[in-house]
Amino acid sequence: MTETAAAAAAPFTLERRRARRRAAWRRRRLVLLLMAPWLIGFSAFFGYPLVMSVYLSFTHYDLLSSPKWIGLANYKYLFRDDPQVGPAVKNTLWLIGIMVPLQVLFAFGVALMLARAKRGVGFFRTIFYLPALAPPVAATMAFVYLLNPATGPVNIILEKLGISGPLWFQSPQWSKPSLTLLSIWGVGTLMIIFLAAILDAPRQLYESAELDGAGPFQRLRWVTLPTISPVILFSVVISVIAALQYFTQAYVAANIAAGQASQAGDQTVNNLGYPEGSTLFYPVLLYEQGFKFFNMGYASALTVLLLAVAFTITVLIIRHSRRWVHYAGAVK
Amino acid sequence: MRRGVIAAVVLVGVAAAVVGGTARSSAHAGTKADTITVWVGWSARELKAFKSIAAEYDKKHSDVNIKVVGGINDDKITAAIRSGNVPDVVSSFTSANVGSYCKSGAWLDLKPFLSKDKLDVNVFPKTSQYYTQFNGKRCALPFLADVYGFYYNKKMFKAAGLKGPPKTMSQLTAYAKKLTKRGANGSIKVAGFNPFLGFYAGNAPDLSAYAPLFGAKYIDGGGKSQLSKDPAWGRLLRWQKNLVDFYGYKNLQKFNAGAADEFSASHAFEIGKLAMMIDGEWRVAFVQAEHPGLDYGTAPAPVDDAHPNLYGAGYVNGTIIGIPKGVKHKDQAWALLKYLTFNAHPLALFSNAIRNVPTTKQSLNSPEIKPDPRFKTFLNIFSNPNSKTSPITAAGNAYGTLIQAFAVKWQAGHAGDLTKGLQKLDKQIDAQLKQAQAGGVP
Repeated sequence: MTETAAAAAAPFTLERRRARRRAAWRRRRLVLLLMAPWLIGFSAFFGYPLVMSVYLSFTHYDLLSSPKWIGLANYKYLFRDDPQVGPAVKNTLWLIGIMVPLQVLFAFGVALMLARAKRGVGFFRTIFYLPALAPPVAATMAFVYLLNPATGPVNIILEKLGISGPLWFQSPQWSKPSLTLLSIWGVGTLMIIFLAAILDAPRQLYESAELDGAGPFQRLRWVTLPTISPVILFSVVISVIAALQYFTQAYVAANIAAGQASQAGDQTVNNLGYPEGSTLFYPVLLYEQGFKFFNMGYASALTVLLLAVAFTITVLIIRHSRRWVHYAGAVK
Repeated sequence: MRRGVIAAVVLVGVAAAVVGGTARSSAHAGTKADTITVWVGWSARELKAFKSIAAEYDKKHSDVNIKVVGGINDDKITAAIRSGNVPDVVSSFTSANVGSYCKSGAWLDLKPFLSKDKLDVNVFPKTSQYYTQFNGKRCALPFLADVYGFYYNKKMFKAAGLKGPPKTMSQLTAYAKKLTKRGANGSIKVAGFNPFLGFYAGNAPDLSAYAPLFGAKYIDGGGKSQLSKDPAWGRLLRWQKNLVDFYGYKNLQKFNAGAADEFSASHAFEIGKLAMMIDGEWRVAFVQAEHPGLDYGTAPAPVDDAHPNLYGAGYVNGTIIGIPKGVKHKDQAWALLKYLTFNAHPLALFSNAIRNVPTTKQSLNSPEIKPDPRFKTFLNIFSNPNSKTSPITAAGNAYGTLIQAFAVKWQAGHAGDLTKGLQKLDKQIDAQLKQAQAGGVP
């Protein structure tokens, strides 16, 4: 009797298992179907270009004829011979070392002030956010005009105050600080993120700190900063990646400051990096090689290196951040 | 009733046949002429002038309709060739890219067309022959040239007691000092001659406009860079730096920053802020259009004191024109190309309209060229056997970027020892050429 019942139950269990597997497969199919647009987009616009860039970096490719395999020749030229790589890397590191910290500090400072403002909060938030809406090309043109050493209003005012203004975008010493000013002016998006994080900090933490006798600086150090540390990490990571990809402002500023605005798209003149290569950032060099000199194989090698560096820097920042980033509710 | 139905059917049939026939004949009329698309870099006034040249050809040739697209640059040309959706005739202002176009086959080899029609490229001066081929493969033809010469303000010369244009670089320096007017703080109010590399086209920072004036040669017989070995480069750079130092680097920077855009009506020479300059022949047309009352003269640019025989020569560059790979109407495209580049009539008309130099020897003396002594100077420079263009290499004009990087540091006083700097530059250029040839040069 027992054997008979077991024999009868076996196909039933098998059937249920099969049904469950079929249901699971249907679910997976549905998930795959729903993810398909993203998967297709990711493969076509990220995966394929990535794989091709790696492949092309081992070839000589002028965009017009088929790529020719040349092994490591592009990498040898990159690391050993190209005199432009060193300055481009240094210029980009300058952005990471100086521009990014200043951006983050400025955005955090403004957000802190706005979080404490009692009156006209909406007005000031709008005023500080507004520059972020300006298109980068227009904003750069405006800054080059404002900071024109001969006709720009900034130097005219400085002159009236008895100060001989710098050459700004015309000087290799001042071109990167000028671009930094431009980036700090347009830091609204970071500022909004910081503001949201500061306003989101639990009130009770501040109240208990106050009860313990903590002053404003101590509250900032021991309450605000630990609470918003994940946001600081996020801001640093995206700002560093943006600095590694810094292109538009450098391209526009160099062309206009070189006095050839009408020839910005003209390939017969080369103002990239003006003045004296001080704005030749890594992505500008990459563009110059790929699209000005049609040296796409070599440009791909530069891209692969950029990807590796961006990845390494991001990993390092995230690893280092374990020491100072606190996640609410995280279990150690 | 039956007859009525038959009559109606016949009537409808006849009507359908008539309508169908009309439709067919109008469709035939539409396809009779092939549309030939021509891509050019010109825009605005210059594009309009080219369109009128194309329209004249269109009128004479019933088998084609010419469609002109302006404002084209090399990015668009490359993208079109890669996509296979190409125009029939294509042109570029960047003759340095002829290396890429010829060696890749992106622009068709014109030798079979030239042989078939028994056309000889010796109708073009040697310089134009050079920048339209690469390693002997001719994939382009010259279509008007840009020639650099000397412009001087006659009114200012008279006021300074100067008679004619300078012929040597030391004279140019002396004249520049005499014609310069400064403000109280040393700022430049009027520059006699602005030698700052990067200031307007005549001071291209790759030194291209100055090289023929010093007889400076880029490459030796073995294809190696020879900037440190040819003493002309040192003389050029020392002369330029001396004049920069006379003005003061910072003063020049301020003067440049305050000067109007090169292609605006407030160009420094046109408004009397610059007494002398080296510039292309096109400036004659710009002055005529923007400041017809300006009292100025043109002459060949002054040359190195060590090579007075070079006087009369200058830098030459030009528009290149060809047929892209994948062209749909190859024969009609060639017919149009042949007409535009070999026929003195369109060359003279277009030269008159945009005041660029016509590119065949015959068209230089064409009776159709509007006589203008200021423009004639550039026709003479173009014909001068010592006039030169920059070398066409496998790396295009990328070597110019390396020269520029060094030269702008030099003029700022940041380059250190000149000889050592030029030696290093030679090595960099050689390495760059090697990298560009890594895939093999046909």
